[in-house]
Formats: sequence, C-alpha cells, structure tokens
Amino acid sequence: MKILTGNDLKSGAVTWWTGEGWSLHVEDAVDVGEHGAEIAAREAAARHVVGPEVIDATREGDSVRPAHIKYRIRAVGPTVRTDLSLKRADPAAGNWVI
Amino acid sequence: MMETQFRFRTDEPVGDPAVTVDSFGEQTNASAVRIEPGDDARDLLPYLGRLRLVEVNFPVFGDGRGYSAARILREAGYTGELRAVGDVLVDQLAYMRRCGFDSFAPEHPLVEADAEAAMARYADVYTPTVDGRAPIWAKRHGLARA
Amino acid sequence: MYVYDEYDQQMVDARVADFRDQVRRRLDGSLAEEQFRPLRLMNGLYLQLHAYMLRVAVPYGTLSSAQMRMLGDIADKYDRGYGHFTTRQNIQYNWIKLDEAPDILADLASVGMHAIQTSGNCIRNTTSDQYAGAIADEIVDPRPYAELIRQWSTFHPEFSYLPRKFKMAVIASDTDRAAMRLHDIGIQIVRNAAGELGAAFYVGGGMGRTPMIAPCINAFVPIDQMITYSEACLRVYNRYGRRDNKYKARIKILVHELGKDEYTRQVEEEFKHLLTLNLEPPLAELERIKAQFADPAFASGLPDSLDLSDPDFALWVKNNTHTHKQAGYLVVTISLKPTGGIPGDASADQIRLMADLAAEYSFDELRVTHAQNIVLPHVQKAQAYALWQKLEAAGLGAANLDKIGDIIACPGLDYCSLANARSIPVAQKISERFAAKEQEIGELKLKISGCINACGHHHAGHIGILGVDRKGVENYQLLLGGSEGADCSLGQITGPGCDEDGIVDAVERATDLYLATRTAGERFLDTYRRVGMAPFKDAIYRKEPA
Repeated sequence: MKILTGNDLKSGAVTWWTGEGWSLHVEDAVDVGEHGAEIAAREAAARHVVGPEVIDATREGDSVRPAHIKYRIRAVGPTVRTDLSLKRADPAAGNWVI
Repeated sequence: MMETQFRFRTDEPVGDPAVTVDSFGEQTNASAVRIEPGDDARDLLPYLGRLRLVEVNFPVFGDGRGYSAARILREAGYTGELRAVGDVLVDQLAYMRRCGFDSFAPEHPLVEADAEAAMARYADVYTPTVDGRAPIWAKRHGLARA
Repeated sequence: MYVYDEYDQQMVDARVADFRDQVRRRLDGSLAEEQFRPLRLMNGLYLQLHAYMLRVAVPYGTLSSAQMRMLGDIADKYDRGYGHFTTRQNIQYNWIKLDEAPDILADLASVGMHAIQTSGNCIRNTTSDQYAGAIADEIVDPRPYAELIRQWSTFHPEFSYLPRKFKMAVIASDTDRAAMRLHDIGIQIVRNAAGELGAAFYVGGGMGRTPMIAPCINAFVPIDQMITYSEACLRVYNRYGRRDNKYKARIKILVHELGKDEYTRQVEEEFKHLLTLNLEPPLAELERIKAQFADPAFASGLPDSLDLSDPDFALWVKNNTHTHKQAGYLVVTISLKPTGGIPGDASADQIRLMADLAAEYSFDELRVTHAQNIVLPHVQKAQAYALWQKLEAAGLGAANLDKIGDIIACPGLDYCSLANARSIPVAQKISERFAAKEQEIGELKLKISGCINACGHHHAGHIGILGVDRKGVENYQLLLGGSEGADCSLGQITGPGCDEDGIVDAVERATDLYLATRTAGERFLDTYRRVGMAPFKDAIYRKEPA
C-alpha cells in the first residue's frame, strides 16, 4: 500500500497521515491509494506538514511496515540510540527496523 | 512584461522593449537589453555608451549568474538602469542591490514592508562591491573607499 | 583567538533578526517552503530523517571554553542532550524545532557564534589545521587568513547562489592536517625565496561521486592579494559552473572539463581586472586579526619531562599528544571515539566538561578536528596526568588517535535522509572487533560514508567503507589506499560489496594481511602502497575452507 510521511512544520517531528490528520506513530498510517500526491500538496499548503513523501508499506497486523529500511528507521528513531526511540519500551523494535 | 515594483533611480524609466544580447549589437537604435543567465555580460561592454536599461533575468532565484553579470557591468562603468526581473524574492534584494541592481520587477509582487526591512537589515557589509558602501575593514581602519 | 568586535556582533545579531523574520513568514504562510528552504539552509537548518538538524559553524575549528559551554547548554536546552562534531570542524544537533531555531541562533550570537552559511549553495565554513598556533612545523598560524576569508565570504552578495556548495581550507605547513587538496579551494601559505608570504591555490578538489585531488593553479599569490584571487576563482565558478546537473555542479567538474590551464587562464584574467577594484582588506586588518592569535602567556621554565609510570597514561601520551612548539607543553587530542561509541558524538555533560578542562588546562581554547575529535592545544606537561584522569573518568580517555578505532563516520542512515546505509553500527562493530589489536596495528585511518556524498571522507581513508543500497538492503564496499595529507591519494575499491558483518570481516582480513606482510616501521598505508591491491584482494575474497 502507499502511505504518506512528512515532518511537522514547527516541531520537525516525523508524522504519518492517518486519513484525518498527522500522527507520530507509523501504525496509524493509512493507505492513501492514488491520492498521496494530492493529499500531500493540500496538507503542505495548509502548513500541517513539510516535506511530505508517498512511500510503499505493508500492513502487518496492527502495524504498518514501511517497505524501505530508511523509513523504518524514520518510524522508530536512530538504531544506535534506542534510548531516543519512539518505541523505547519495545525490545523487538531493533529487529523490526532491519 | 513584469511590472517594475521597486526603482531606486530618479531619472525617467526607459520605455523601449529590451532586446536580446545577441541582437543588441545589430540594432543600433536599441537602448535596452535583456541578459539571460547563459549570456556573457562582457559582450555588452562595447555598447555601454548607448545602453540605458539592462534587464537581468532570473528564471529561478537559485541561479545566481545574474549577480555576476550585474557587478561586471557596474565595474565596467555602466551607470544606466540595472533591473532584476523574474524569480526575485524579498530575501535576495539586499544582495542584488549590492551587486548594482537599482530596479526590480519580480514575477510575484513583494510585500513592500518586507522588502524595505530586508534591504535595511544589515547596517554594514564585510566586502566591497560596486555599491560604494565602505566595507567593515575600511571603517575599522578609517579608510576611504577607492 | 578571534573575538568579535561591534561590527561582527552586529552582523550576527542582524542575521538572527533576519532569520526570525523568515521563520515568522514561513509559519504564517507568506513564505512557501521552496522559497524558505534556501534561506534556512543558509542558516544551517536542514530537514532531516527524524527532525530539523542544525549545523553550527566553528570557524576554522577554533572555539573558546565559553563557546563550548554554550554548545553543551544548547544540546540540553533545545536538543536531546548531545551534539555531533563533524568532518568540517562544525557541530550538529539532530532534534531541533523550527520555531526555536531563531532562539538558538540568538543564544549562539551571545557568545559570538552562528550557523551562517553552514549549508546552501554558498561559501561554507573555512577549515584549517587543528594544531595551528601550537605546532612548530607551520610557517605562520593559518587562522588569521582563514578569518579574513570568513569575513569576506560571509553574506557575499555575488556568491550566495552558486551552482553548488563551496568549501575552503587553509593551512600553513607542508604537513597537511586539513585535507586541503580535497577542497573546492585549498590554500597553503608558503614563503618564496625572498622570504615573502604567499598563498598557493589548489582549486577543484573534492570527494563525493567523482573524487578529485585539486591541482595547484597558482603556486604563489602574494599574500596581500589572497582575497582578490579567491574572488576571481569564485566569479569564474559562479559564471561557468554547471547548473544543469546537481551531480556535476561542483567546481571540480568545471576545472576538470575546462582543464586546469584554461580554468587558470580565466581566473588570471578576472584577477587582473579585480585587482583594479581595491577589494583586498589592508595589511592593517590582517595585523588586527593576527594580534588576536598571539601566543597565550606560556609559562617558562616548566618541567619538560613526564612521569610515564602509569602505563595507561603513557599510552595516551604516546598516541594522543603531540610535541608543542613551546617547551613544557603538549598538544592534546581528546578522542570522541570510545570503543563501541558513536564517532564524533558528545553528551552535553561531556561538552561542558571539555569546556571546563580547556579553561583549566588550555588557556580557554579548544579545536574541533575534521576527524571528529577535540584538541586542547596548550597543555602543560606537568598537568597532563591530572587532565588525563579527568578525561578517563568521563569516557573521553581513549588512547586511539589515528588508530583503527579512531573512525571517521558520517551519521549515515540512522540520521540522514540522503544515506543509503547505516554507518555508525559498522563503526561500532569495527571499534569493538579491533579494540585489542588497535595498538599493534598502529596508524590506520578508517573512514565510513553512508552514501556517495562522502561526508565520511571514505575516499581519503587508508581503509574506506562506502555504504550502498542494494535492492533495499544495506551493502558495503571496501576501499584501500586513500590518504588526506600532503601525500593525497584516493582509495581504490577492492571488489564486490558485502553486508555489515562481511565488511567487518573484510577489514580484519586486510589488517591481518598487513600484520603478516609489513616491514619494520610500515604503516598499513605504506604496506598497501608497496604491495598493491592484488594481495589484499586475494585475502579479502578468498573462500574459507568448508
């Protein structure tokens, strides 16, 4: 599926399009189908996001797995600083990225 | 043709259309020329006497060749109007003025208050150009500019 | 070191106001991202993989304890408690908020610092020799000249929209400690036969996709024409550098495509014209700046010997200190590469500690090196032991300068959206694998880049590692034989790449071969240059017996 990721304009935090707004958590990302570019342009113009990108992902149970390792790292945080990870408490997070 | 939004000259603006650098040489009654980024401003040096308006086109603001073109013309003694046209944004105005531009025809009109603030932001300058402003090193040592 | 006068201070203060206004216009919608982006880049603010990243300038790598302390405070106040020292002597913060960026710049301005032109298609931070002013082999301290360049290049109205970024380095010694020939313009200050100072200009070096060693285009520009000559080089580049292809837009491509002779001819012609325009700062300005780089009040009659009975201390002295030009002193390098650590990263507490140590032991002065370490340039031998104990206690005592554990690594895919692969985990694994053999291996400069942009300078590593993306999977290529010094050479690829564990094994095979083959006194680089690629290739790719 296709999902949309970007950064919050003001805070710079990585965000994922939920269908209604932008979440910090990749598992909230929805399939944007063919509409990614259109949503991205609209949301960027409205200053809800900066630098939006449409990327490939698959749904895995409750979660969403970006197809490329770069975006999995983006979803979780630097693999070398798990203390800064969005999923600090999840010991499997490292393996999920790789 | 883009409207000139800012002009820092007191003489009458030139009404003639600006011709290309290539054809300027042949058109002996032309007094206005338009420089594109790939043109060599020095091709105009033989004609400075009859040039009254040089437009320098900035198709995209990130292409900074026009800054060199402007400065080269002023260094060669050109005193006519030097106009930046095209993708000219508020944040380039101060640098453009320093390179010798004295009028601006931005594709998208600028907010005047922002433009004024931008041009007045820096009281001093580090390096001399064609605008006659004494660089900081001259002020530090009480030197007049050449 | 240079201290801002009212003019310099006004400039950075105005810049803060300028940027604050630009951020306001971005947030209220009057400035779109495509227009804002080059402006925020010219203030060092990137949009990166996890957040905004701010790159703060450390001009020619020199800073005071007060400035270093502020860098530590910024890490705590605005970031997540750490900073990353870079391969251009700057510092980066990875978790910045846009609406706080103007406040950070204001805090920096309060100690005479900024983030001006640390990104964007403009002239970047000019780097220099990290031992400047402390070492005997320089003919003059290069930093006053770097300061002249800093001022000339700051807010230069003609050269702020260049085809691409522009990086300069200045040295004043035949021992090139700043990788000068791998810059867009590298300057070596030299003396001619009459004893006069001049600038040798090397133009068109760089790494990245197409690494090139800069040719010398003028072996002696009189020192009082250095700025004018630089202006000529830049004007030719601004006019004729390629703008059609981002990957061919650096000056090295222009010099290569025109040929060195034609590029030089154009520069000399422009130079002749520019000399008539009185662009050069007067000697009085150079003298004013130089006076601020005078030697600190060195104590005399100091003991010149060191008690090396503590073997750990002795090892650290042997590896991490250099002979100072002044008797009784040492030049100390603090390694930011603890075993298994993140190269170049330092916590806010460590940064503040180093600031305090500089105040106590080094006349308030520090340097950032392009190898991502920190130098305390003027330490009394008599105080070195006390200093070392404090460094050890803070995890800053690694005795590995220029050893295999002293890895240069870019942030890589863990942090950088341009990267193809992670670099830091590779660095950590290598650091751990070789910790026990590091001293035996001796000098080995290992550099890792997470992509072809080569921010880790892998082309210039004795061993270089390049991360690539092989169908979505991280893969690593090994290069051998690069060198960044006066004997500048570009590394050669050994062959097909491998995965993270494979590359660590490959490095071990290469170093094992070196240990088995070296003659007395040979470093890894020397052995490689003597025997060539073939034996290394065989060793790296040979199949293990089943």
